[in-house]
Amino acid sequence: MVSRVTDDYVDMVTAGCLAVCEPAFWAGFDRSSVHGFYDYFCQLTEHEPKRAAKFGLPHFTWLCINPKESEDVKLAEEVLAIIPKFLDRPNVLGIGEIGLNKNSRNEMKVLEMHVDLAARHEQLILVHTPHLEDKWKGTRLIIDVLQSDRRIKPERCIIDHVEEHTIQMVLDAGFWAGMTLYPESKCTSARAIDMVEIYGNQRIWMNSACDWGVSVPLAVPRTALEMRRRGHSAEAIDKLIYQNPARFMSQSPRFKLPKA
Amino acid sequence: MIQQLMTRQQVLDLYFMEARAKLIDLGAFLDRVERASGDEDFRMKAFRAALTELAKANPHKAKSILMALSDPTTEPIPAATIKAASGAWPGSG
Repeated sequence: MVSRVTDDYVDMVTAGCLAVCEPAFWAGFDRSSVHGFYDYFCQLTEHEPKRAAKFGLPHFTWLCINPKESEDVKLAEEVLAIIPKFLDRPNVLGIGEIGLNKNSRNEMKVLEMHVDLAARHEQLILVHTPHLEDKWKGTRLIIDVLQSDRRIKPERCIIDHVEEHTIQMVLDAGFWAGMTLYPESKCTSARAIDMVEIYGNQRIWMNSACDWGVSVPLAVPRTALEMRRRGHSAEAIDKLIYQNPARFMSQSPRFKLPKA
Repeated sequence: MIQQLMTRQQVLDLYFMEARAKLIDLGAFLDRVERASGDEDFRMKAFRAALTELAKANPHKAKSILMALSDPTTEPIPAATIKAASGAWPGSG
């Protein structure tokens, strides 16, 4: 995880994590050219897998230009042009995390370009939805874009960062729903479990925010602990934090886990 | 089908103290804002509107609060001039 220290990998393995799945995202600053993305994709497909492998942690990744840098359509076109060179790397699961940030016309254009790229190369899709006041609108727009491309199969797309006001529309449209867990400001463990209890545990997964802001790489194991406190069975917890993500990612032939 | 594993008493035992602390924090935040000089902006208007959702007999209060703070429009904006979110929709002000 490019934004985290090696200790986080150690903690994840100690907590029982069997793999790490890292989407391409914002670097905390805007990259000045396509060359910055080339280096970043090398980092995601060459260097991070080696760093994680030192602790027995398989590392998988997704590639894209993230929505926060999608206002510059020319740069986005250049970045999309180099992505196919990396799609055959052994740890690449698909295109992501694409999506929207401020729901602008250019972000929409770049989202459509990514969806087309994923369709042409038969890739899984991981979608980021906007945060806070922009999420409801952005999620609607994203679903419209995905549904308007007939090549896209909903069961091969996960729409992440769902919250109470967006989870229903994502599941009703046949997509997987991702809940990214944060210690503050966004979806907490307690709220994520509430949503599972209300909407069921099919086509849902949880993931730990591991970005430049305040975030906790062990958020998923801690949520498993909270599920136990609420009385959820070991089987129910295993389905949510292991079986479900493994089922979704196994649609990529490159997703392989060592036998437990 | 909703899966509710805990009784109401168990939910209170597990979460009441945490919710109590957040409720007091909320009151302290409102006091802090009101002690300060100057005008409120669109965020506090949306915040106060969202607060009213808490007192309603509605089984989806979290969703209603999120919607009260959300952009309800459906068309893309012309251009993204900032990256950050403010937490409330300026158009509601």
